Amino acid sequence: MSAAATTLVAAKPRGRVLGAVFMGYLLLSLAIGFALLLWLLVDIAATGLPYIDRALFLNDPSADPAIAGARPAILGTLYIGALLLVFTVPLGVGTAIYLEEYADKERWYNRLLELNIQNLAAVPSIVYGILGLAFLVRGLGLGRVLLAGAMILTLLVLPVVIIASREAIRAVSASIRQGAFALGATKWQVVWRQVLPAAAPGMATGSILALSRAIGETAPLLLVGALTYVAFNPSLLDQFTVLPIQIFQWTSRPQEEFKVLAAAAIIVLLAILLSLNAVAIWVRNRYQKRW
Amino acid sequence: MVMTAAERIPGVEVRHDAPSGPALREVVFDVEDLTVAYGGKSALSGVSLEVYKNFVTAFIGPSGCGKSTFIRCFNRMNDLIPSATVDGTILYHGEDLYGREVDPVEVRRLIGMVFQKPNPFPKSIFDNVAFGPRVLGLKDGLDDRVRHALEQAALWDEVKSRLKESALSLSGGQQQRLCIARALAVEPEVILMDEPASALDPISTTRIEDLMDELKREYTIVIVTHNMQQAARVADMTAFFSVEVDENRDARTGILVEYDVTSKIFTNPSDQRTEDYVTGRFG
Ligand SMILES: Nc1ncnc2c1ncn2[C@@H]1O[C@H](COP(=O)(O)OP(=O)(O)OP(=O)(O)O)[C@@H](O)[C@H]1O
Ligand SMILES: [Mg+2]
Repeated sequence: MSAAATTLVAAKPRGRVLGAVFMGYLLLSLAIGFALLLWLLVDIAATGLPYIDRALFLNDPSADPAIAGARPAILGTLYIGALLLVFTVPLGVGTAIYLEEYADKERWYNRLLELNIQNLAAVPSIVYGILGLAFLVRGLGLGRVLLAGAMILTLLVLPVVIIASREAIRAVSASIRQGAFALGATKWQVVWRQVLPAAAPGMATGSILALSRAIGETAPLLLVGALTYVAFNPSLLDQFTVLPIQIFQWTSRPQEEFKVLAAAAIIVLLAILLSLNAVAIWVRNRYQKRW
Repeated sequence: MVMTAAERIPGVEVRHDAPSGPALREVVFDVEDLTVAYGGKSALSGVSLEVYKNFVTAFIGPSGCGKSTFIRCFNRMNDLIPSATVDGTILYHGEDLYGREVDPVEVRRLIGMVFQKPNPFPKSIFDNVAFGPRVLGLKDGLDDRVRHALEQAALWDEVKSRLKESALSLSGGQQQRLCIARALAVEPEVILMDEPASALDPISTTRIEDLMDELKREYTIVIVTHNMQQAARVADMTAFFSVEVDENRDARTGILVEYDVTSKIFTNPSDQRTEDYVTGRFG
């Protein structure tokens, strides 16, 4: 009798069925990804965890699995990570600020620059490796050294850092900029005191995620000459290796012991990556509310 | 006797206590034949008027007639819109605001602005008010300066115990008064307000209106408002803008229809269009 009551009671059943199906699909996709990841982690943890010991962190690689360690590779990865941070963040953030705040988007060269950066982000990493071999190792005559590796990874992640930083800058509301300008702030003051602090969490998150991707890279480093056997600590202008390459080398050995060592090294690499992501989350939460 | 426009609008009371007439007042802005265009399409054309010291000057008119465009000319905020071009002159105490030598940053230090939507920085209440003085390098007596600005904006009592809290935790009305305090903290001469109360409830609105009455002793205030009662209550002078539509070229341009003492605009306008608008017969 009352129209109001009927509309409250029965929603269209078709809508509900669709909703339920969609929900099921969402749960399924979540479950597949999660289960695969969990399986991988458990498998690796079960194999490798018992072998994470002092020797792994302190020893050089060796033909004898009993005393082999990954010290040069772990240090190499940490060095490269630190260098990447030092190289990419200032360059990437600087470029992003220029493109977002200063560049006149009507100019053809700025548009060309933008298009290029978008495309560079999609170039396969092996291509960067070839570039590094041609220009850094041979062209500049750097040789197959850690610095060349760090530089080529910088080129690899720079577009991603730039794009992430630009998104973060763009997300800062125009009303904040206007408010600052209206108080007599100069462009520099507006960018430095309002836009950058507001964009910092987004920039940090983007940069760190890009960085952790680079730390897992193998292909370009193989080309600029990361070695599979390095029995000394890395330094800037010396030969080097990194964890992914050490892992690759160990897994390709026939002996079962090396496979186990590889699992242990994978856990170390994962731990490094996860701590990087934890730092990203921490930075984001810390700066999100206010600066 | 002919009924005046205001008598026909319920709720509009016109202030009759306007201080000495405009003729005796010092001119702060002298606008001469101002035209503003966005990407070549003019949004406002041929506006001339004078803004007087220690007056509240209100701009009213239908949406899209260029009130915001006009008020942004006074502190050169239009410079930030790449497509905007400004022609004509605005003299500020006799000096050309758009002169070659003039630094827009310097202009904005003397002529503050409050926006339609409260836009506090996502910082603490204190840091919001201190931002202006800090960018100007006014570091001495910052605490007193912040306190004074908050007192002037009638916000001090509500926030004095929570200055370190985020400005975003304030209510909309408090946020808007914070933005007013923020503008006052750099001690400008003029404050421009673009619909400062449009997002606020009646009580906050009343507080901001009372505030304007207080502030005009020290400052010159220019306000854009859609609320005619508000204009009638707070303004000494009122300018009515309208849109001129050119059917042939599909162009809409804002023009200044009438500018006069507020009581005249609301009770005895000289232009039929003003009368139609203030009596609600517009459009
Ligand atoms: N940044 C801009 N770029 C291009 N056109 C604009 C811009 N800002 C305003 N305009 C145009 O200029 C005209 C006047 O706009 P303005 O915002 O000044 O009107 P207003 O009187 O403030 O309206 P309202 O009362 O709705 O705020 C409008 O036609 C608008 O579309
Ligand atoms: Mg407006």
